[in-house]
Amino acid sequence: MKSRRHLNRKLGLVAAALALIASACGGSGGSPSSKAAPGGQPPTAGMKPQSSIGKGEGTLNLIAWEGYAQPDWVKPFEQQTGCQVHAKYAGSSDEMVTLMRGGGGGQYDLVSASGDADLRLIYGGDVKPVNVKLIPDWQNFFPQFQAPAFNTISGVHYGVSLQWGPNVLLYNTKDYSHAPTSWSALYDPKNKGQVTVPDNPIQIADAALYLSKTKPSLGIKDPYELDQAQFQAAISLLKQQRPLVRKYWALASQEISMFKNGDASVGAAWPYQTNALKASGVSVADTIPQEGATGWADTWLLATKAPHPNCAYQWMKWVSTPKVQAQQAISFGETPVNSKACPIMDQLAKGSCAQYHANDPSYSSSIAFWKTPLANCGNGKTDCMAYSDWQQAWTTEVTG
Amino acid sequence: MTVEAPNRPPSKGAGSRISALLWRRPWLRAGALLAPPLGWFIFVYLAALAVLLITAFWQINPFTTAIERIWSFSNFKTLLSNPAYRAIALRTVRMAAAVTITDALLAFPVAYFMAKIAAPRTQKILFGAILLPLWASYIARVYAWQLIFTHDGVLNWSLGKLGLPAINIAYTNWAMWIVFCYIWLPFMIIPIYSALERVPTSLIEASADLGGRGWRTLRRVILPLALPGIAAGSIFTFSLTLGDYITALLVGGAGGKLIGNVVYDSVGVSNNVPFAAAFALFPVVIMAVYLFGARRLGAFEAL
Repeated sequence: MKSRRHLNRKLGLVAAALALIASACGGSGGSPSSKAAPGGQPPTAGMKPQSSIGKGEGTLNLIAWEGYAQPDWVKPFEQQTGCQVHAKYAGSSDEMVTLMRGGGGGQYDLVSASGDADLRLIYGGDVKPVNVKLIPDWQNFFPQFQAPAFNTISGVHYGVSLQWGPNVLLYNTKDYSHAPTSWSALYDPKNKGQVTVPDNPIQIADAALYLSKTKPSLGIKDPYELDQAQFQAAISLLKQQRPLVRKYWALASQEISMFKNGDASVGAAWPYQTNALKASGVSVADTIPQEGATGWADTWLLATKAPHPNCAYQWMKWVSTPKVQAQQAISFGETPVNSKACPIMDQLAKGSCAQYHANDPSYSSSIAFWKTPLANCGNGKTDCMAYSDWQQAWTTEVTG
Repeated sequence: MTVEAPNRPPSKGAGSRISALLWRRPWLRAGALLAPPLGWFIFVYLAALAVLLITAFWQINPFTTAIERIWSFSNFKTLLSNPAYRAIALRTVRMAAAVTITDALLAFPVAYFMAKIAAPRTQKILFGAILLPLWASYIARVYAWQLIFTHDGVLNWSLGKLGLPAINIAYTNWAMWIVFCYIWLPFMIIPIYSALERVPTSLIEASADLGGRGWRTLRRVILPLALPGIAAGSIFTFSLTLGDYITALLVGGAGGKLIGNVVYDSVGVSNNVPFAAAFALFPVVIMAVYLFGARRLGAFEAL
């Protein structure tokens, strides 16, 4: 599995090289309206979504997080609809955006994008409006996930919410007799060479969230809306962290292998890694530290040039049903958006509904969900650091 | 049996007419022969390089990451002015140099033994042993090293059995150096071997007859003659390390990014193809300089 993923990366480079040639030879790899800026309406806002689901096209191409297209719910879907699912796993939100735009789009139907990518895809014209009336279970979603700001703009839905979850502090219980209760474990020189964090610019928000509690004088209110001074404070904290970091992981499987082989004892992770490590007998536990946590909320967004729209709608319908919502929640270790999934979760794994707060919609309000950092962050001054600044600082000042 | 008038010239088919034309015009024959490989070279190889060069002068829209075809030097300015990119470029060149020197030191004795000392049978076995790892996938071999280096891996297990303290070199530049040296070693051994094989044994004997001891013969006779082979091998080890990113991705740790990783991230993560193209030109320039130097050392005669 592992090597296959890396082979995919290798092939990805070949594809990238071809894209490079293609992009120079006329077909711009970009979207039709590259000048679109946030604030106005997204370029595809006027597209009328289909009003019914027609006959399936026999194929469905997905861009997904690792673990989002498991045979448990893909196999029955394929049997029922005749749509063969091809999933391409992406290691980061940035990679998802790139894949969606590769070769001018038109290869993939749906992407399970997280909040930090959604606005980029929506305003980039890469995804188009979705008719939620065709997804019956949408009515059963918790209200805050029916039309959240990260996938719905001016009442137009660009996808259906899927699952959400926190970014947790993962640690090896052999090395920690007392469970750590603060993110400070990731910044503690005592843990030199034992720390691993995701290789993802959105990690800057984790540092900002930690600073918002430990250095209130900086005045950080939202970890995704940072002015120059706040941003620099987060970056310098991450620079101090770098000597402690053994490896910035790009794929969840890398972090799993590091904890398994004793190369890391504490790190930032998804509950998915905890579950996978526990399943293979490694003594780990995870926690949401006292400072709170960042989190992701994922949406299946519909590609503007989706070649198999009927299969795509079938899939959105299928993954929104309580059963699949519960299956995926337990398999990945995340929380479903369908309020009817709770009892099925408990059937599948006792106590899992309460464990993932699937019956407690207020819990999600304690999580700072990923969103695309924009220069225009709502304070009227347009002085926030935009995502491109985050990306650049992450490469040149933190990990480079 | 067909009967033909004896004086009539044989009927000219299109084939024989073309053949006659080609015989009368030798340049046409050469052109037709060279056209396919030359076309391949120009359209696939040089055109790709030209496209790379052109793209490097474009930008992307920072928000939508769509390519904007406005000419500017901004990518190069960023590369030159930002200390992080300088550090990455320097790290990559240093790694390539360290790997090349290490491989040359490791490969020379092996190649010398194969070319001058080993019996033909041993020579064949050694050849097989050196080339055998190339049959296995590159990624599988890098993963094997990853498993050797991990904290609970084979290396530390063996050190523990010997009563030595464990070393933690997984996900460090040391690990990367060892893996690169291992992976590219055959590409150094073979050219040195072929250079040494061409050194006549009589020269070595002559040196001995004139009073040259072993060390002096090596330094004054064998090494200068092997130099083109070493230079040829170094082209492989140097350029392959310069362009690699998978080893860095798998066994490298924090602070182990190479040029290839930045290029990969720029394309695959930030969708900034122009910037990737600009940085990718750097190894091209380094290799051009390197090849020029290697040519002066006679590397191309040893290939």
